[in-house]
Amino acid sequence: MAERQSPLEPEFHVGSHGNFEHGVEILLTETRPGSIVQLAAWPGEEKKLMAAIRAVSGLALPDGAGGGLSDGAKSVFGFAPGKFTVTDEAEGLAAAFAKAVTPAIGTVTDLSHGRTAIRIAGPKAEWVLSKFFAIDFVLPAFPVGAGRSTTHHDVFAQIQRTGTDQFDIYVFRSFARSFWKALCHASEEVGYEVQ
Amino acid sequence: MLITCPYCGPRDVIEFTYQGDGNRERPDPASQNFEAWNAYVYDRLNPAGDHNEIWQHSGGCRAHLRVVRNTLTHEISSVAFVRGDHSSAARRKAEDKP
Ligand SMILES: [Zn+2]
Repeated sequence: MAERQSPLEPEFHVGSHGNFEHGVEILLTETRPGSIVQLAAWPGEEKKLMAAIRAVSGLALPDGAGGGLSDGAKSVFGFAPGKFTVTDEAEGLAAAFAKAVTPAIGTVTDLSHGRTAIRIAGPKAEWVLSKFFAIDFVLPAFPVGAGRSTTHHDVFAQIQRTGTDQFDIYVFRSFARSFWKALCHASEEVGYEVQ
Repeated sequence: MLITCPYCGPRDVIEFTYQGDGNRERPDPASQNFEAWNAYVYDRLNPAGDHNEIWQHSGGCRAHLRVVRNTLTHEISSVAFVRGDHSSAARRKAEDKP
């Protein structure tokens, strides 16, 4: 497979930045999943779609709005009624779902080239994200595995919590560099490291 | 102003797009009843109080919502999916609590 270029590249500077004399409190990286797929169920077909997700990815979605989970390599979360984002480190997820999600169940949209996945981790991750998004990031309101759809200055973002102090943010590829720069600026005052 | 999306929970109004008066009833597209079309396009109740409205959570789950908003106080007394068939989309009870 051809090496996929990162839209962040001109602004992706590995190393410690900002106010890090007392240690870095934020880790920023691009997770670069091989597959990012959006699945949508027709009305009444959501349970069948969730079963298909389990069959293809091995991930058993919990019931409820925004529910999700991650096994490290693959992740899934609900981002809207009957709609789910599934990602995989490996390529080829869309083709696998195209077989499992029949036209009677719903639709499969391959967004692997359309979204950029940015991971923010560290003790100040909640604090930095709270500067961007008007949603509640505390653990009881936003449990590990869960997903949220929200907006930063009209830039749509899907956020999945993949650890107690770790979040994966999916943004449009065309907005990814400016969002990344903003995230770096917002992390400066607590010290951040790009990995 | 906060609107509590049935899927996403309480969100700032900036994430939502107003989609118009929720009392309108669109005539059949083939209808030649000009009075019905005129009423659909122009007639509004314009109440000083509770008002049925359609909003889209455009900066979130993108669902269309039926909202009852008080035009005097901006108090929102009810929010529901326009399409009522999102059975498993209800928010988790634990997350409902403020
Ligand atoms: Zn919503």
